[in-house]
Formats: sequence, C-alpha cells, structure tokens
Amino acid sequence: MAKEIHGMGHSMKRKEDARFLQGKGKYIDDIKLPGMLYLDIVRSPYAHAKIKNIDASKAMAIPGVLAVITGKDLDKYGLAWMPTLMSDKQMVLPIDTVKYQSQEVAGVIAAERYIAADGAAAVEVEYDPLPVVVDPFKALEPDATKVRDDKPSNHIWHWETGDKAATDLAFRNAEVVVKENIYIPRIHVCSIETCGCVASWDSVEGKLTMYMTTQAPHAIRTVIALVAGHLGLSEERIQVISPDIGGGFGGKVPVYPGYVIAIAASVLIGKPVKWIEDRMENIQADSFARDYHITAEIAAKKDGTMQALRFKTVADHGYTDAAANPSKFPAGLFSVCTGSYNFQNAFVEVDGVYTNKPPGGIAYRCSFRVTEAVHAIEQITDVLAHELKMDPAELRSKNFIKPEQFPYKSVLGWEYDSGNYQGALDLAMNMIGYRELRKEQAEKRARGELMGIGISSFTEIVGAGPSKHFDILGIKMFDSAEIRIHPTGKAIARFGTKSQGQGHETTYAQIVAEELGIPAEDIQVEEGDTDTAPYGLGTYASRSTPTAGAAAAVAARKIREKARKIAAYLLEVSEEDLEWKDYKFQVKGVPGKEKTMQEVAFAAYTNHPPGMEAGLEAVNYYDPPNLTFPFGSYICVVDIDKGTGEVKVRRFVAVDDCGNRINPMIVEGQIHGGLTMGLAPALYEGIFYDEQGNIQGGSFMDYMLPTAVETPKWETGETCTPSPHHPFGAKGVGESATVGAPAAIVNAVVDALWHLGVRRIDIPITPWKVWQILNDKGVAG
Amino acid sequence: MHIEVTVNGTKHAADVEPRLLLVHFLREVLNLTGTHIGCDTTSCGACSIVLNGRAIKSCTLLAVQANGGDILTVEGLAVGGKLHALQEGFHEQHGLQCGFCTPGMMMTAYAFLKGNPKPTEDEIRWGISGNLCRCTGYVNIVKAIQYAAEKTGTE
Repeated sequence: MAKEIHGMGHSMKRKEDARFLQGKGKYIDDIKLPGMLYLDIVRSPYAHAKIKNIDASKAMAIPGVLAVITGKDLDKYGLAWMPTLMSDKQMVLPIDTVKYQSQEVAGVIAAERYIAADGAAAVEVEYDPLPVVVDPFKALEPDATKVRDDKPSNHIWHWETGDKAATDLAFRNAEVVVKENIYIPRIHVCSIETCGCVASWDSVEGKLTMYMTTQAPHAIRTVIALVAGHLGLSEERIQVISPDIGGGFGGKVPVYPGYVIAIAASVLIGKPVKWIEDRMENIQADSFARDYHITAEIAAKKDGTMQALRFKTVADHGYTDAAANPSKFPAGLFSVCTGSYNFQNAFVEVDGVYTNKPPGGIAYRCSFRVTEAVHAIEQITDVLAHELKMDPAELRSKNFIKPEQFPYKSVLGWEYDSGNYQGALDLAMNMIGYRELRKEQAEKRARGELMGIGISSFTEIVGAGPSKHFDILGIKMFDSAEIRIHPTGKAIARFGTKSQGQGHETTYAQIVAEELGIPAEDIQVEEGDTDTAPYGLGTYASRSTPTAGAAAAVAARKIREKARKIAAYLLEVSEEDLEWKDYKFQVKGVPGKEKTMQEVAFAAYTNHPPGMEAGLEAVNYYDPPNLTFPFGSYICVVDIDKGTGEVKVRRFVAVDDCGNRINPMIVEGQIHGGLTMGLAPALYEGIFYDEQGNIQGGSFMDYMLPTAVETPKWETGETCTPSPHHPFGAKGVGESATVGAPAAIVNAVVDALWHLGVRRIDIPITPWKVWQILNDKGVAG
Repeated sequence: MHIEVTVNGTKHAADVEPRLLLVHFLREVLNLTGTHIGCDTTSCGACSIVLNGRAIKSCTLLAVQANGGDILTVEGLAVGGKLHALQEGFHEQHGLQCGFCTPGMMMTAYAFLKGNPKPTEDEIRWGISGNLCRCTGYVNIVKAIQYAAEKTGTE
C-alpha cells in the first residue's frame, strides 16, 4: 500500500520520538570525546565586590586539576570581555570586579567532572565588598551607586515610540482615565536540560568543533569568528553543532561565559573541554526574562471607547544589557502593546537600567517583550472595564480591531496581517459558558464566596523578521531551507533553525510533503550542524514556521517547477498541459496519464531533458514580507480559598488562532506547554533579590515550577484566520499561550476581589499575598 | 568500592568512588545516557529510574547504595525491539516534546502503574508530581499513562 503523504493539517505522530523514547536522544551531556576534560566554575558570593586576590594553589595541588583560568589570563588574549547582542559588553571572567551574585570568577579545568568541582571549591578568592544597587528606581537616583565604571550612570538607554503630544492631549481631554503600576518580575525559563558545551579544538587542522546547547548555531558560529578571529579562529574552520536540545524557551539563545571559557581552555590545552552547568548556576547566572516595571494608562470615553494608551516603563537589565533582541529594538517588540484594540493615540517609553543582578532580557517562551506588552494592556483593559462597570468581554468587543480593518496599521506602526478577534472571543465564551459563570459568580458573591473570571484577548507579533528592520549584529533575520530529492524519490531537507522540542523533524517534513507529494515519512530533516545546514538565525520568537517553514515551501515550489519540466518531457506534453493534482503531475483531461514526484526524481538523475542540469534540489533564504500576528482569547475561572489564600484555577479555556496548522496535534501540544508556562509566573515563579543582591529563589527548592498537580486541565479551541502573506498561511504558535495566559489568570483573581477594593495584584499571586489582602479586608477565613 | 548491580537484566561489577552518584554511574560508567540530570536537589525527576521495583531519583543516591540492586532504566523498557506500553503511549498521545524529562517520567509512571494499574486522572497527576516537564503542560503525559494503563490492562 502506498504511504500516506501526511501533508498540511495531518496530526502525524512525531518522527523524532523513537530515539527519545528509548533513551537514545543525543543531548549535550551525552557527548563524550577521547581525552575530554571538564570545566567547573568558581562563582561570586557577592553582588558587587572588588576581587583582591585569587589563590589557586590549593586547587592546583589536587591531582587531576590541570588549570585555573582567571579574567587576567583571558585578558592576555583579549577575551576577558565579550560584546552583547545589544552593543554592550559582558565579562567572560572578571579582571578585578564582580557585578552580581553567582557571577563567574574563575574556571577550573580537570581530568574528571568531580575533580573539577573539587578544584572550584578549593580556589580561594578574597573579595572587598562594594555597595550594591538592586532596585532600578534607586539606581536612577542621582547619587546612586554606579554599577558600571565605564558608563556615566546606571541609565542605559531611553527608547520611545508614538506621538507624545497627541497622546498627552487625548489624556487631558479624556472622560475616563485608568492607571496602574504593573510589575512583571524576573523569571527563569528553566528548561529541564541546563546549558552546556563541549569545545574541541584540533590544533593540527586549526579547527574548532563546538557542541553547544544553542537555539541559533549559525549566529553563534559567526559570533565566535568575530570575537576570537584575532586568535586564529576562522569561520570556515568553526563547526557549531547543536545536538538534541532539552528545552530552550529563549534561555539557549545567549552566549554565556562558560561557553567562552571552555573554548579558551580547549585552545590553550589542546583537548576537548566539557562544561555542563548545574541547576543553581542555571537559575542564578543565566539570562533572566521580564523584570519590567510598567505604568500603564488608558484614556477612554464613558461609553468604553478606548482612545489613547500611555506606557512608561523601567526595564531592569542587570549589570549589562545582554538582552536577546533584534539589534534595532532595545525594548523588543514591546510597542505591540496597543494589543487587539483600535487605539487612535499611543505613546510608549522604556528606560533601561543597570543594577547588580545577572544580565539577560530573554524571552521565556515569547517573542521579544511581547508578554510584557500583553500583560499590561490586558490588565489595564480589565481595570477600565471594572471602573466603567462594564463587562470585560463587552468592553473588549467594543474596542476590537474589526475583521474588515485588516491589514491593520496600528498607531505605533505595525501592520497586523489578519485577525478576527471577536470570533475567538465568542468561541471562548461559548466553550466556557460565560453568561452562566457570571450568574454563578453573582450568587457566590452574595454568599461571600470568592470566584473570579478573567479574560485575555491577546495579539502576538512573531516571525522576526523582515530584513528591512530586523537584524542581529547586522545579520538579517531571514531563515533558510535546502531540499534535495534523491533518485529513489526520498528527500533530505536542512534548515537554519533548531528544534528544542517543537517537532521540526515532523512538521518541516509535512510542509515539504504537502508541496512535493513525497510522504513525510520519506523526508529526513536535519538542523543544528553549521557544516551542513544552510545559514539561518535559529529558533526563538515563534519564528521557525513563519521563516524557515516558509523557506521550505518556497524551496519545494522551486523543485516542483523543475519537476514539472521533467514530467512534461517524460509525458511528451508541454508544461502548460500539466496540472499538479492529488500530489501528481497529470495531463489535463487525460485520466491516468501522470507522473509522480518519485518518477520525476528518478528521471532527474537518469533521464533528464537534454540541456537541463541533472539533479533535483533547491535552497531558499526566506525574507518575510511582514511579521505574523497570531491571536487568541483565553478565559480563566478561579476560586479563592479564604482560609489559605490559595488561587485554584477551576477552568481555563484557550482559543488560539495561529492561521493554518501544519500538525494540529503538535500545535495543541505547544499550546498546552505554553499555557503551563503562563500559569507558572502568574502563580508560582519569581526571582527576587534582597538589598545585598542575594538571590531568593535560586534553586528548584524555592523556585517553583508547576507540577502536574498544580497544572489545570487545559481546554483548547481553534479559529483559523490564515496569514495572507505567508506561503501557506501559517503564523507560528509556540509562544502564544505563554504570552496570553498570565493576564487571564491575574484578571480572574482581581475580578474575584474587585468588590473588596482590590485593583491590582502583582504576579506571582502566591497564597500568602492573597491571604494578606483578605486579612486586610477583613474577609480571611 | 566494589559494587555489583543488575541493570536492565545485565549484571555489572565495578570499582567506584564512594561519592559517585548513581546517575553518574549509569551515565558515565555504563554509558546509559538515557537517564538525564535536570537539577541538583531531587526536584525535577529527570534522573528517575526503577530500583528494586521502586521509582527513585538516581541523582540523590550513591552508586554504592545500589549495590546488589536490580535497576531498570529507560534503555530496558523495550523488550526484543517491541516498545513498552508506556513508550507507545507517549508516542501515540504526543506525551513528549524535547524528550529530556521523558525517560524519568516514564520510569516514574512504570513504578506507579505497577502499584496502581487502574489509576484515576488525579492519581496519575499526583503520581508524577515529582517529575517536572517544561514543554507539554502534562496533559498529554497523563493521556500517555492512561493509554499504557488501558493497554496493559487488556493484554
């Protein structure tokens, strides 16, 4: 029996599962090379201190310890500092000062993993503590402790967009203004696999092979060539291999000091060096997400018409701006904050600030600060609804951008590709039984019970991006696909992206299958090896389907055009007489006169038309004409325990619209996971610091990831509004739920408590926080 | 110290440092890298294996403590090339994404189902609450374990 094609829209079971299910995945720590050494890292107990002395003698006396590398050692090679993606600079190892707790201070190289750890524990560092600044608002005060000696102040940059004068005028003339300070705390992606690498320098060939947990292997290769080119590392002799990745979520985009120390050690010693961070290092020192202090305001008419939006934001970046944003966007795509609503005026400003905390500013499963934007607009929208005594669903409906307004030019300059916001909200309301829930809530409130309903009708902006605006270190944010059809009609497809669980080996194969009529099962997908894959910018910001997925379709269509010529030659008809139908070339009006892609592929190598090149392959570097704008409406129902303050998510309905779905099973899985990573910061996760800069929540003992018990039984729904500019109408979905979910949960909690005079609760909404409020209001059970 | 353990039906003897963690013994001495490490605090469960019929976190046991023990790891789940019902369930129900937590999750579920062959959904959720997954939101993991329970029950 012929194999199924399993093209677009099939919930094909995943091709990559087999190895993961049998313990045969190849993750970074599974890589073992002959003679491999281990790196462990000495870290600072202080958030700000001068390093007076590093004494490595006791460490070096341990048998098996081969070297202790300090910032002074690296400085000799010009490697003590490295540039960040945001044109700032970051220490690989400090020469004289540490700037945050858990910062790398020295690297210990040893023959065995445990001995490297022994060595790290034996390195004696003498510190002279310096004053610490943790609060970004205090950091902006004129007499604040300066975090960076090389900068005039702790103020990094000011970024703004929109018409300030017109927006201010709209606020002055408004009938109603609502305003709230919303803090979105630091969180950490905590992929279950931490970060690591094996750096292997071959001094004979002058080649570096870098196995590395990276979401963007090609960009990393170029960065290594740029940073270490002066030491003889040349891009054609740098191979970055991103093996199976145990979750990324943005945390595996940056270049961490450990990677660079491992490279330096391998080059200096001439042996492979493995570095695998442990969980505490991962949480305490790797890039954080969020940490935005937003003052959000809406100006509206009394009838609920939203007129103007104003956001003023302080962004805490830690000691350097190492955010993972496209170069021209210091605050990412935060200006999508007008959301799903038809605002006439808006003004948004963000100030970046240095503090004595680890650097970061990565995604946590979201496209460049979009969660921050959505969280604020969706919360302040609910405040407006409460203030006007309007139903939050009705207020949203009144202000939604209407389907006929698309493509819609937002007041802050984005062109939304397509949308039907009311459709998604209607479906969510029907699925959850919204009207009945409101009745139940009124009855419960009369009895003194606390129940809340929260809505979030979010619009995302993903798929970065068009080369006119989007680059990373100057490299345009296209992505790529290269497809080669073998004589027997099977294929290999290679990409510039890198799956970290998204299922690319399956979905990319399905895209090619749909375009070429080759069963997805017969298409091998490869990513993550810079020696073989075409150049691309990697997987993050929900960009794989909008960019590399599009490239796959375009490359496949190029192949189909050549295949059509071959088919016409084989069938002895003109190309115009052929139609592509049921995954075959068929002669119009002559049933049965046809050629399959497999027959054509064989001919491409055995019997190709005279004058035509042999072979059947194509490559495409896809530069998207626009971003894509997935959206959805989420409704959450919570019950609050008056005795404990616990928020229990009773139901959560998520209606997502990501355009056409390649593999609905995988899409739903992405949404489930995204929702759970939306629940997490809303109720559980947060990284805070005391006044001395000591981290609170630096291990899994006190940074709580939701388990299966806390996680609700997610209910999902779908509407489909294809992207008009994407080759097969898809938009990207990996992050939508993480972006949209937190606001729905917060809005539900505030909705449960508004009648008690509660307007806002910052996340994470812990039982203790809620209980204190209930106690203050005199209603704690 | 000299230890002898049976892993996936094969006897192994080795001289190990007293401080060697069981997970490192499995991964680095026996090269069974299907068992993963996700934290240092017995929190995430990526290193879960079955020791003498019980699911344990192998990052918090010394190899010497497993001396004389009978260990099952993910590499031992499939028998004669035929996937275990749990492996089949995870595949059929899309119970895995990045795959990193998957071996530990399946081993925990393996021991759990031995003790509770017909669990309710809530019992499954509590049963795997010592194992963290960051990708799936657990929905399909629960379904995968239900699939295995049903399949095992009917065989």
